Amino acid sequence: MSARKLSAPQPNPETQTFWDGLGEGVLRIKTCEACGKPHYYPRHVCPHCGSDRTRWLETAGRGEIYSLSVMRRGEGAPFAVAYVVLDEGPAMLTNLVADDLDALAIGQRVRLAPQASDAEATGDGPSLPFFTPSGD
Amino acid sequence: MSLRNAACIAGAFEHPTRLAPDMTTPQLHAECAAGALADAGLSLTDVDGYFCATDAPGFGPISMIDYLGLTVRHTDSTEMGGCTYIQHVAHAAEAIAAGKCSVALIALAGRPRSEAVQRFRPGAPEAAFEQWVGLTNHTSYGMCAARHMHDFGTTSEQLAWIKVAASHHAQHNPHAMLPKVVTVEEVVNSPMIADPLHRLDCCVTTDGGGALVVVSPEIAKTLNRPVISLLGAGEATKGPSGGLGLDLTVSAAAQSGPRAFEEAGVTPADIKYASIYDSFTITVLMQLEDLGFCAKGEGGKFVADGNLISGTGKLPFNTDGGGLCNNHPMFRGGITKVIEAVRQLRGEAAPAVQVPNCDLAVATGIGGSLGARHGAATIILERQS
Repeated sequence: MSARKLSAPQPNPETQTFWDGLGEGVLRIKTCEACGKPHYYPRHVCPHCGSDRTRWLETAGRGEIYSLSVMRRGEGAPFAVAYVVLDEGPAMLTNLVADDLDALAIGQRVRLAPQASDAEATGDGPSLPFFTPSGD
Repeated sequence: MSLRNAACIAGAFEHPTRLAPDMTTPQLHAECAAGALADAGLSLTDVDGYFCATDAPGFGPISMIDYLGLTVRHTDSTEMGGCTYIQHVAHAAEAIAAGKCSVALIALAGRPRSEAVQRFRPGAPEAAFEQWVGLTNHTSYGMCAARHMHDFGTTSEQLAWIKVAASHHAQHNPHAMLPKVVTVEEVVNSPMIADPLHRLDCCVTTDGGGALVVVSPEIAKTLNRPVISLLGAGEATKGPSGGLGLDLTVSAAAQSGPRAFEEAGVTPADIKYASIYDSFTITVLMQLEDLGFCAKGEGGKFVADGNLISGTGKLPFNTDGGGLCNNHPMFRGGITKVIEAVRQLRGEAAPAVQVPNCDLAVATGIGGSLGARHGAATIILERQS
């Protein structure tokens, strides 16, 4: 990646566990004990059924590209914006890192590749859940 | 309560400016309001309902109501991005039907070419998970186009026909920002912005605005203007909502469109003219499918070979040149969609693009970010004989 500014997310009581996980290289999403369905981004209340019986679910950090678009203009271009559908079910809006962005394709398998946000360099912010081709 | 024939659009005005460095945004709002009221044969003192969104400077609707010197008994500052003003027509009809007002003024104005514009709201629950993604509108709509191509074989050349058709119309609009006719080759050979969208797949950015006056049927009959009635309206929202079953090839217009057609009691086959929000070419293609002008996945074939060009194509669209070529004031194309539909129904479009006997039209739009979370609004309008 180039000089694109990666603004630091502000963790809050609903999401602190998510950001803590990335620091350990683990991608956690939420799942619901009432309806059994997982969701992303993580919320206190389940977006599928409205229950507050949600709990954290550690994912394998793997999935496949649902769609992507490489931004060709502006600060930090080129960079690849994508939806990745996790093996656990939910889709995540993310960035893809790869030596050759033109070789990325819908359906390709990817794995979590945590990326330092700008604030992390100074110890003030969490990593970001980027993905990269996994070759499987 | 049905909105069928509940209210009429009596005034419509599109500001002629596309670059306004020496105006203020409140001034632009006021000029748009004055233009629409003059078009209807009404004045500021007749207005008893005011509708605006976050482009209106100040605190909700209150600052501009005071600036304009209005005395109203109903306000609505519903915000749903670029399609808001289509939705406002329906909300005005609801208010009129409920007796809450009888002359509703809807206005939009802004100067994104001349001043910094705040486009993102702090505190959104998704912000921490998306701000760093770099999800501009280009990549958001680009991902929709990429998935549509993947699932249905849609091509860049087919998308380009949407821009080509808009440019054929814009050549007849003296105010259009891009009045030059372009070819499919010029579109697909223009610089890539965000795959697979080229520069000419994207709408223009303009300073400007517009306004509408929606009135009760009783008042419409007293005005010396053609009576343009609202027949039906629908609105909807769509987002990842937890991320299960993501489908970027279907927009919220798949819900707003059928709701509007059902209320109106007409079908897409009855429509003589369509105003379709064209932030990008893919925005038009998906709405055509979602409103039922063709089956899902058939949009590429539907728009190819000039089928959206007035006079030769089967569905004349955006005869003012649309957002792709004419005007996209304040990044918001909803109000100009309604304005051109009103022109067509009155027989006041540019003669070269006027649809003969145009008595039934649709205006539909997307607001927000198609690839993330967005809203849609659709209205069906009819000219009363």
